[in-house]
Amino acid sequence: MDFQLTEDQRALRGGVRDLLEGRFDVRAALDEGSSLDRGLWKELGDAGFFSLMVPEADGGVGLGLPEAVLVFEEAGRALLTGPLVGTFLAAGSLQGAASGEVVVTCSLGSLVPWLDEADVVLGGGVEGAVPFRSLDPLTPLHRLPGSGGFAHPSRPAGRLPKARAGVGAAAEAVDGDLADLLVAAEQLGSGGKTLEMAVRYARERTQFGRAIGGFQAVKHLCAQMLVRVEVARGAVYAAAVTGDVLEIAGAKLLADEAAVHNARDCLQVHGGMGFTWEADVHLHLKRAWVRAGLGRSAAQAEEELAAAL
Amino acid sequence: MDLTYTEEEEDFRARLRAWLARTLPELPPRPDPLDWPGRRAYDMGWQRRLYDAGYAGLHWPADAGGQGATPTQHLIFLEETEKAGAPYVGANFVGLLHAGPTIASEGTPEQRARWLPPVLRGDEVWCQGFSEPDAGSDLASLRTRAWRDGDHYVVSGSKIWTSHAEVADWCELLVRTTPVSEAVPKHRGISWLAMPMDAPGITVRPLRTLAGSTEFAEMFLDEVRVPVANRVGAENDGWRVTMVTLSYERGTAFVGEVVACRRVLGELAREARKNGRWDDAVLRRRLGRLSAEFGALWRLTQWNVSESQRSGGVPGVGGSVFKLRYSHARQELYEAAGEVLGAGSLDLDHEWTLDRLSSLSYTIAAGTSQIQQNIVAERILGLPKGR
Repeated sequence: MDFQLTEDQRALRGGVRDLLEGRFDVRAALDEGSSLDRGLWKELGDAGFFSLMVPEADGGVGLGLPEAVLVFEEAGRALLTGPLVGTFLAAGSLQGAASGEVVVTCSLGSLVPWLDEADVVLGGGVEGAVPFRSLDPLTPLHRLPGSGGFAHPSRPAGRLPKARAGVGAAAEAVDGDLADLLVAAEQLGSGGKTLEMAVRYARERTQFGRAIGGFQAVKHLCAQMLVRVEVARGAVYAAAVTGDVLEIAGAKLLADEAAVHNARDCLQVHGGMGFTWEADVHLHLKRAWVRAGLGRSAAQAEEELAAAL
Repeated sequence: MDLTYTEEEEDFRARLRAWLARTLPELPPRPDPLDWPGRRAYDMGWQRRLYDAGYAGLHWPADAGGQGATPTQHLIFLEETEKAGAPYVGANFVGLLHAGPTIASEGTPEQRARWLPPVLRGDEVWCQGFSEPDAGSDLASLRTRAWRDGDHYVVSGSKIWTSHAEVADWCELLVRTTPVSEAVPKHRGISWLAMPMDAPGITVRPLRTLAGSTEFAEMFLDEVRVPVANRVGAENDGWRVTMVTLSYERGTAFVGEVVACRRVLGELAREARKNGRWDDAVLRRRLGRLSAEFGALWRLTQWNVSESQRSGGVPGVGGSVFKLRYSHARQELYEAAGEVLGAGSLDLDHEWTLDRLSSLSYTIAAGTSQIQQNIVAERILGLPKGR
């Protein structure tokens, strides 16, 4: 047992971080409004972002779930926009998805992100979807009619294959478990990023003649943020290694919580600044809320886990 | 990232399982949990069986009398012994997890030869004499003094929360060998002594916990003579020596307990299905959430163990992060047990009742949650020191 990142995995994570830092700026994306940067989408495709789990024989990168999770964690850190999960799921089977030439979305629970910008909807079934004004300025959303909010395709207890040949054909149902794990990985990245933002601010910002990070009340907020992110990391990485559906349910639950609560605590540490449009904190919080609304809800995950006890 | 165990590790697990299956039925009946002399005899009998089978001090280095097992083998050992319902380390806790590893790491060859074998064989029990009435969380403020008199230290002062003092043969004792001054800040001037508990001048007064147990005591020291040869590490270097001990405490102390909590959670669900409480969706969801918690804490344990294996067996700072979440999750588990049992939770003879009471100490012992949060914030996140 060696439950740590390999050298290759560290290199992959570092490479994706560099790529996103060099190419994606969340503030510029905000100025663009809710249109997708197709040039960036193509660059992500060229870098192998979408074809990561497609076998090498089929022109993909041929890596597994753990690597996919690391890449999506970086996307979450950077607040990368677009229907990442849908395009990733379609990469093995839908011409043009892997290369980023075709933008693919899918419904996740009762929500469909980026429907108007997508070329293809994986799994279909979005007739009558209603657009609404999204809380997250960087994620346009449609709501599916008649869904009570818990509609979510789920498999019986079992394991996901380690690497999936031809992930999800366009005609197939969306693999809700794989989607949830990727969303959980994004949440993990966001939770880690807001922790970094809070710690940096707490070291720089002075009040009463000293850095606010010296005050226990602020320290304890930051310490709990780290605890949340590390517990979620254990759950998300392990779920990626085992592919166990119950572990994925636990990972989604804990990663949603880490992302939402860390963003809230980050906002609190930032004080009045945290309540402004100018600080990035609200972008993380709003996206975390959106991701928590995609796929498994907390209630659903808890019921699944309880049923297995 | 790999969660599969090697063939060698699986062999080790299979041998251990077979031994546990043979050995556990031979054990005498468990003593009353409040009977510490009875518990000492029981726990040390278990330790002796471990010793005879070659499982004593599994994770200790071979040159300290241990088995030199990898952190992963130690993890398997704790997992399997807990799953099989084997006795807990109990009265041997301080010797095996604190004093022993400290002496193994910092002691002279003579000290290792004198103190380590009896711990491993289950012959001698250690207690922990760290805290004082005015030096609990602020351990460095301790005031128990030790003067040199020839080849002895003369020790006077008092200790509190001295774990297992009632039944101990030795005490890992922290004393101040140089008074605090401008030249000697409070973290310096402390020394680590092995004090024999039968020395004249020691008075032990057991403290009764809210669970009714006397697992720790007050200890009064009146000119107790301790040989200078019993000092582990250099004079005035006791703080650093102690940090070695505490890193072991935070790194490994709770591994088996996560396994135990997952077992109890399963029992709670079975009980709730039996007594009708399962129909309560709020309770059901609460148990589901705890399942995610303990699942993640087990994975975090494996993460920390893998990290310590890569760094050569030294427990990392991840222990503080783990303890912060685990101690609260354990308390929530027994709160949920109270919900499941209803009026039954008021029965002191129900095993979960005593566990519920003892879980209250988890956010206090071995560094309160508040102190742990300061440690995490300052040492891991790099926030400035302050109040």
